[in-house]
Amino acid sequence: MGFNLQLLFTGIGVGSIYALVALGFALIYRATNVVNFAQGDFAMLGAFAMVVLAIDLELPYWLSILITLALLVGFGALFNLAVYYPLRNRSFLPVIISTIGASILLENGVLAAYGPRPQSLDSMFAVPGFSIGEVFFDSQYIVILVVAIVMVVLQYLFFERTLTGKKMQATSQDKEMASLLGIPVIWMIMLTFMYSAMLGGLAGILVAPVLFVTVGMGSSIALKAFAASIIGGFGDVTGAIVGGLALGVIETFGAAYVSVPYKDAFAFLVLFGFLLVRPQGIFGERISEKA
Amino acid sequence: MRASVRSGKSPPSVIGRRGLAFGLYATAALAAVVAALIMPLSAYSLNLLMQAATYAIAVLGLTIVLGYTGQINLAQAAFFGIGAYSVALGTTAFGLSFWGALAIGVLVAAVAGAVLGLTSLRLGGHYLAMVTISFQTILTLVLTNWVAFTRGPDGVPNIRRPALLAESGPYLGLCIAALFAVAWFVWRLKTTKLGRAMQAVRDNELAANVIGVDAYATKVAAFTLSAALGGFGGALFAGGFTYVSPDQFSFAESVVFLTMVLLGGAAAPAGAVLGTGLLILLPEWLRFLKVIYLAVYGGAVILIMIFMPDGIWGYAMTRWRLLRPARPVDPGIIAPLALTRETASPDDSVILSVRGLSKHFGGLKAVDEVDLTIRRNTVHALIGPNGSGKTTLLNLLNGIVRPSAGSIAFDGVDITRLPPHRRASHGLGRTFQNIRLFGAMSVLDNVIVGAERPHNEVPAGGLERHALAALDFVGIAAHAGARVGSLSYGHQRRVEIARALAGSPKLLFLDEPGAGLNHVEKDEFVRLLTRLKGHGLTILIIDHDMAMVEQVADHITVLNFGKRIADGTPSEVLRHPDVVAAYLGEERPALSRSYGAS
Repeated sequence: MGFNLQLLFTGIGVGSIYALVALGFALIYRATNVVNFAQGDFAMLGAFAMVVLAIDLELPYWLSILITLALLVGFGALFNLAVYYPLRNRSFLPVIISTIGASILLENGVLAAYGPRPQSLDSMFAVPGFSIGEVFFDSQYIVILVVAIVMVVLQYLFFERTLTGKKMQATSQDKEMASLLGIPVIWMIMLTFMYSAMLGGLAGILVAPVLFVTVGMGSSIALKAFAASIIGGFGDVTGAIVGGLALGVIETFGAAYVSVPYKDAFAFLVLFGFLLVRPQGIFGERISEKA
Repeated sequence: MRASVRSGKSPPSVIGRRGLAFGLYATAALAAVVAALIMPLSAYSLNLLMQAATYAIAVLGLTIVLGYTGQINLAQAAFFGIGAYSVALGTTAFGLSFWGALAIGVLVAAVAGAVLGLTSLRLGGHYLAMVTISFQTILTLVLTNWVAFTRGPDGVPNIRRPALLAESGPYLGLCIAALFAVAWFVWRLKTTKLGRAMQAVRDNELAANVIGVDAYATKVAAFTLSAALGGFGGALFAGGFTYVSPDQFSFAESVVFLTMVLLGGAAAPAGAVLGTGLLILLPEWLRFLKVIYLAVYGGAVILIMIFMPDGIWGYAMTRWRLLRPARPVDPGIIAPLALTRETASPDDSVILSVRGLSKHFGGLKAVDEVDLTIRRNTVHALIGPNGSGKTTLLNLLNGIVRPSAGSIAFDGVDITRLPPHRRASHGLGRTFQNIRLFGAMSVLDNVIVGAERPHNEVPAGGLERHALAALDFVGIAAHAGARVGSLSYGHQRRVEIARALAGSPKLLFLDEPGAGLNHVEKDEFVRLLTRLKGHGLTILIIDHDMAMVEQVADHITVLNFGKRIADGTPSEVLRHPDVVAAYLGEERPALSRSYGAS
């Protein structure tokens, strides 16, 4: 029983990482109808920025976090200008391929600059965690979970309660109409990229102490997060969270009871299952084409 | 395109041309193979060429799926790996012959491709991206971890080649011969019925469905072919290097394959071969870049997407076409269009019978229990104010939208549950309010796709002649060789009508065909419509131009708020008080005064 509870907690912890990255997917998808295959690399950049700032430059941890987030916001803008903006009027295929190119560029750029040796980052807490009964609660996982929930709530409030949020939603649904209504569409998309890059960076900051910091860390998380988004319902904020958590739990139990080497396969098997039975995901609406 | 246009005139000379092209191509292939056999190449050059030839075969698979059909495949390295491991394990662990193992590899890759395609091709493009990445990841995991079967990360050494081709030179000859054969196949595929269907799906899936192309089956076919070619390339690769390991077939390699096809140009086999050659040689040339090579590579992908979306070959071809515009068609070869078989019969029996048809979107009743009866050899007009449900009704009749209730019988068959392409095969034709053509194909090919609808009885003389006849009927045969995207709006409308006519529809839907035409074009269109009517074609037309509708229609149905409010001959319907109210609003004293004042 204790073992299972421990697995559940770990699963939820891992799942909340996926959920956080999946949120970024959902956001960009809602604003541009495009999947950003470099979303995971935002997390990788965030983690590396922390290594540089907090370890190499020995800045205080909290200051490093702030600078990292600021850097990522700026990077999101740059990313939009270089990768998405020139292709905004083309079909989704060139854009997807362009983001894949960006992902290769980022990972190998960082590899060239920092070498292949995995880096590690200390947790921001002196206390590693606490135990209740047989279950150990890792403080970093708790923080990840709390941050994920807070970001969901903030994102919900932002989209539903603020004018900018509504404008961003309008932009995603019909760019042409939105721009006719005087919404600065280009700015809305810019904002989306800035925010989702920051969100990715935040995920990287939080994950860095749990995983090793490597150039490939982002894309492996992002693939799971993407699978989680489809399971939850693509573009749906609640779906991203539920899908992420579910995937984390399935994966952890699968690794414990079925097979460790195939841990990474469970996510994709679940994904195949969903695509066959319920392709719109748990919270998604049925996909239909406009005539 | 020019060659195909001329085929109507004198088929023998075209066969001669094709024969000549094939002869030249075969000679070049033979020369390349002989060169591989007799040239004293270093082991290093042999390896490089072997890699280029086998990779190029897999990349040609991407030409089919990405270039022709517009679907993404991020797992080509996985299919390549399936072929490679079949030959690797087949010739070592299972004692199979090289050829037997190769056949199994191609087959397994094709089946895997078909299964992946069947599960994900109904969904949008990014699902396919995700599913192929997942498949790729799972395959890599299996190759690495199922040590008992795949020998794990150590890989499989001592792979056997066929006895006669055991030396590297002859084996390279085999790879080159295979590459030439596959490239020829992929090139010819483009001008087959399946190839045209693929391009139609790529350019406009909805329109392809509506004119009789089974888009889903076409995409699955493309995906399966692509996977089979991936497997074939991989099988040859394993024989070439006699050693394989899981890292050779990773996601990163899939991205490399994708980049190769994009860099060279996805629309033509030459582009795939060019891109493969470049990306295999570039690392050798760019050795000085060392660690940042892959970063440069990623940056190049973005730059290609932005500045050279058609790849190097596509870019060169565009320039070439600008220098040599398509030659006009010789009018002497055009025969008159044989429209439908019904032309002769004065039969006015019911061809379409719609009963209680409804479509509800949530609480909105877009179409509400509509009855509609269309008789043969008549022009039936469907009119109504904006938002009255006309286009939704048309979409229901075509099968683009599923009805909430009601039934549709067409030519004695209940088509209520049939998908759009099956309805088209029964003889329903359609044009769209917002023109939906296959933009990257030629005008003639657009119309040929229409002529290729299932069960269409194309008269003797062939598809091209029939398609040209349809183009001539609408008055734009001279533009047959042009890319459809280069035509004016009015001409594009006519291409769409020609495409529908080429399918010899028993019933033709025209959705606001006059929209966006200037008055000269409109006059020409009314004349065209009158001619169609004169030929006895059965037509259902939606339009706002009352003068035109009154002039051509035998029967009018009026919709308002999704309901049928009037039905009858033009003179009855247009004086119907409900129709007058729907169009002009309820007559109120204040309103009529203000009209009078202005």
